[in-house]
Amino acid sequence: MTWWLEIPLLLALWGTAAAALGSQNLFRAVVMFIAFGLLVALAWVRLEAPDLALAEAAIGAGLTGVLLLDAVGHLRQRRGG
Amino acid sequence: MRKFAAAVLCLLFGAALAWALLESPPPVQHLPDKVLAALPQSGVEHPVTAVLLNFRSYDTLLEIAVLVVAVVVGMALKHADYDPWQSHGLNNALLSRLLQWLVPLMLMVAAYLLWVGSYRPGGAFQGGAVLAATGVMLRLVGVSLPGSLWVLRIGLVLGFAVFLAVAASVMLGGRPFLTYPEALAGNLILLIEVTLTLSIGLILLSLFAAAPAPVPRQQRASDSAPAGER
Repeated sequence: MTWWLEIPLLLALWGTAAAALGSQNLFRAVVMFIAFGLLVALAWVRLEAPDLALAEAAIGAGLTGVLLLDAVGHLRQRRGG
Repeated sequence: MRKFAAAVLCLLFGAALAWALLESPPPVQHLPDKVLAALPQSGVEHPVTAVLLNFRSYDTLLEIAVLVVAVVVGMALKHADYDPWQSHGLNNALLSRLLQWLVPLMLMVAAYLLWVGSYRPGGAFQGGAVLAATGVMLRLVGVSLPGSLWVLRIGLVLGFAVFLAVAASVMLGGRPFLTYPEALAGNLILLIEVTLTLSIGLILLSLFAAAPAPVPRQQRASDSAPAGER
């Protein structure tokens, strides 16, 4: 119905997912994953599930993103040190 | 080449799922109507919270049990000489100043999300996640939380313990497991949610703080002096 919001959201979801999976730089992949998580939270709002949107933004994008960034940092140390 | 094949397989599977969703038969019984009809007996006014904490509270009980097991396993994998509450934070003045404003606001948002779950979207998991985010940001500037290891352990288990205690103690009145007495349902749900929020915040914070491999000592010395104290 509100295609001017939903079509760009869908394209952005696909774009960030492809960028997160396909990028060679691990840090960039994690940043794209966090952006993907926020866009999925928007998608949950569009699907009329605001509880899921809150949980997705906080845990899926926030906490998982932080844990992944931690992992990237440790991987870099192992490789470089 | 392998990535391309994997992408094609995933797209095919996604298309199959979409087709299955579109072709599924209409539901036999309309569940939202039934939930709304039973809502006055549940003790809260929001259908999602009523389903999560009253009608299907068994699922939530098992969810919090899984979280407790996950954090126990995560903390068991850390190195033996790693102190989970000593943090070597970033020496960033902007972040410190920003957190002086943000931390009280985030704590208020967490408490509000916990309270408003009875009336609108919100609830224990959402409030607990904001609480964990507050703890993570405090760790990033080097503030370690007060309290000993035993306080942490009690806090981690408290939500599950209280939930299980409430679920089992209703059986003393001759009711089945997890069937709250109707007059007390709202208060019991609030009690469960408060302890769940605290536990979930501590669990998620511990998964971040106490679980990963430690920074090597020669690299730790290059940061600012550790600001965390027990």
